[in-house]
Amino acid sequence: MSIQVKNLKHIYEKGMPTESVALEGVSFEVEDGELLGIIGHTGSGKSTLLQHLNGLLKPDEGTIVIGGVDITAPGVSMVEIRKRIGLVFQYPEYQLFEETVAKDVAFGPRNLGLADSEIEERVREALELVGLDYEDMKDRSPFELSGGQKRRVAIAGVIAMRPEVLILDEPTAGLDPKAHKDVLKMIEDVHGKTGNITVLVSHNMADIANLSDKVLVIDSGRVVTMGTPEEVFSKRDELSSVGLDLPPITCLTEALRERGFKIRETILSVEDAADEIAEYLKAGGKAEC
Amino acid sequence: MMDSIIKIENLIFEYRKEEEEQPVKAINNISLEVEKGSFTAILGKNGSGKSTLAKNLNGLLLPTGGTVYVNGYNTADEEHIWDVRQSAGMVFQNPDNQLVSAIVEDDVAFGPENLGIEPAEIRRRVDKALEDVNMGPFKGKSPHLLSGGQKQRIAIAGVVAMKPRCIIFDEPTAMLDPKGRKEIMSIIKELHEEGITVVLITHFMDEAVNADRVIIMHQGEIFMDGTPAEVFGQGEKVKSVNLDVPMAVELARALRQRGIEVPEKIIGTEEMVEYLCQYK
Amino acid sequence: MLRDITLGQYFPGSSPVHKLDPRLKIIATLLFIIELFIVDNFIGFLIAAIALGAVIALSKVPLSYILRGLKPILLILAFTFALNMFMVDGRILWQWKFLKITQEGLELAVFMAIRLILLIMGSSMLTLCTRPIALTDGIERLLSPFKRFGLPAHDIAMMMTIALRFIPTLLEEADKIMKAQQARGADFETGNLMQRAKSLIPILVPLFVSAFRIAQDLAMAMEARCYRGGENRTRMNEMKFKKSDYVAVTLLAVFGAVIIIQSKVF
Repeated sequence: MSIQVKNLKHIYEKGMPTESVALEGVSFEVEDGELLGIIGHTGSGKSTLLQHLNGLLKPDEGTIVIGGVDITAPGVSMVEIRKRIGLVFQYPEYQLFEETVAKDVAFGPRNLGLADSEIEERVREALELVGLDYEDMKDRSPFELSGGQKRRVAIAGVIAMRPEVLILDEPTAGLDPKAHKDVLKMIEDVHGKTGNITVLVSHNMADIANLSDKVLVIDSGRVVTMGTPEEVFSKRDELSSVGLDLPPITCLTEALRERGFKIRETILSVEDAADEIAEYLKAGGKAEC
Repeated sequence: MMDSIIKIENLIFEYRKEEEEQPVKAINNISLEVEKGSFTAILGKNGSGKSTLAKNLNGLLLPTGGTVYVNGYNTADEEHIWDVRQSAGMVFQNPDNQLVSAIVEDDVAFGPENLGIEPAEIRRRVDKALEDVNMGPFKGKSPHLLSGGQKQRIAIAGVVAMKPRCIIFDEPTAMLDPKGRKEIMSIIKELHEEGITVVLITHFMDEAVNADRVIIMHQGEIFMDGTPAEVFGQGEKVKSVNLDVPMAVELARALRQRGIEVPEKIIGTEEMVEYLCQYK
Repeated sequence: MLRDITLGQYFPGSSPVHKLDPRLKIIATLLFIIELFIVDNFIGFLIAAIALGAVIALSKVPLSYILRGLKPILLILAFTFALNMFMVDGRILWQWKFLKITQEGLELAVFMAIRLILLIMGSSMLTLCTRPIALTDGIERLLSPFKRFGLPAHDIAMMMTIALRFIPTLLEEADKIMKAQQARGADFETGNLMQRAKSLIPILVPLFVSAFRIAQDLAMAMEARCYRGGENRTRMNEMKFKKSDYVAVTLLAVFGAVIIIQSKVF
């Protein structure tokens, strides 16, 4: 399973005086089992891109091939696309609607036309995958849960469709630090257990740096750069020209390097930074401040 | 003697959940004073009582027990409730749901209009408030065409136009992107510099670092209270109530484990860089 | 699709039409609507169309924008057109089995269609060229004489302001929820009427939940900004009749006179 996006172009309100190009010449590839992080500020075209990957929007030009199937080709059934690709929108808890958690999570599988026994099995599996206890949760109303729990239930609703690619649009937005950590951990777990491609959109550079195998940077509907977190976050000037920051720890280590610290470039974790700084200082390194 | 704008004495706030007999104590006996012109950050995970506290500060919620004074007025005193709300303005989390009018400047005028201010004076205040948040050119626009950060700036202008002594921000950046967050934080800092008392409720530790005072709430009580350095200096204690610490504090801990001494007062990135450069 | 709805939306501008006193614009719109219903010939419509055209030209609102507002009502338009065309007896122009088109039917169909189009365009001009707050202020003032009979004029006006403010927000919300449910495999396009109605539940429930949340947040925000009903409230923009308003009143009178005269003559 892999994703090949080639030369994608999308125009909103085509032919109207208000027409605007949302995506242009977007090409990239994701390999099997990778976790792809996407960054870009609001209005960069990220959301438009995600909706293409799920078949909610059709491109004006270009192709998206997922697992060998061109989902932009005419005649491809939407059910087929959605079986393969699960999309979790921003603030997904706002789409909960059923009386019980189990029924809500079952909504997706039911739309796929599965048998009842299969649905129950998937609901159980999905809830456990997102770290919720099936027996405890299944008969509760989704509206009485905490913010973090609601979000997990909503994510389980997509996971229950057993997509081969899971896309999450800012899954931690608006959560408190604890829930934020829990949801990130959950994404790592799900990714680890299923081994599927996961696409994560986030404004939090530290999260992107820590979780992603590859990072895709988008601005004004175009791909700015793509590569491993180390490659992408070493391009500080390029990122800042499109209004993006480095992860906070990288900001700090780069500032130290500017002040003469001989430490490795583009350090992405606090532990690595501490190792490098401690080693440099113990070796008697003096900064030229 | 502290010259305080907000004075809370033994505040208790209870609410009753449906079906349950026992009321839940969202705030359990808090006493607190906020100094005039200060910048206080209140942290705590969801359900810690911080939002309930905020709503008690301008009479949106009234105490079950104890008293809250704002600018000398008791919030429970019905005669002065409008003085309380005019003294302590409030900016909420969701930028969309707090704008009343479909035109930016009309929305900013909403508060002053409620106060019964002269039309010419309202005009002046609205123009000034929009300038203060750098939204002057947008005064004729419709809020739904603006970004989250811009909408939140309009909401702030709407409060500023009421000339409050104090503004309570209830997670104003939670729903914004990094650009919006920066805009809002720089406006909050400016307002503070102009002499407005700021109470900022937030989940983001790097925002709290800017404050004069940090209060951490846990289970309806004050868990920690001090300068940012005093509070974040005790990183483990902060983490014990499921909160984050600023990145520099995390790095300090990791460096200490590796035998590098870092004083607890270092909590900001720039301070950390300076300190490490001086390290011998 | 949901973005096409321009009814009730404001189109920012500073044209003479925008600057008129809202009370005057409301009365003018009412007169225009009444006129459309008393007119019984095409010349009357022509005069109304010319008047409307002049107002649109003055307002500088692009015609394409106004026409887009007609899109959502196309279905209703087509339905009434067909109904009139096929149902009216008279001189038969075309017949196939039980379907027939008569000259009278065709005339009536065109007549009604023009009336409906002018009606929608005319009334959307009111909201397009009047700031929502001014519009509701105007309504409040016009209704205030009825206050003594217990009519809550201010509350009605405030409800309208809020409704206008949140129409786009709720439309956006509906759009988001619809997409999210589609991503979970929901199908809104196929099935019989019953199935389609049922498929709306996953949209309507979250939408209601959102609407209640918005209402709760907004009520709190309004209270925090010292809202206490209409008493002692002042306005940033006071309503005063200006010279241009008197000119408009004169034009309105001329328009009324022309309509009355033409209905007598033709």
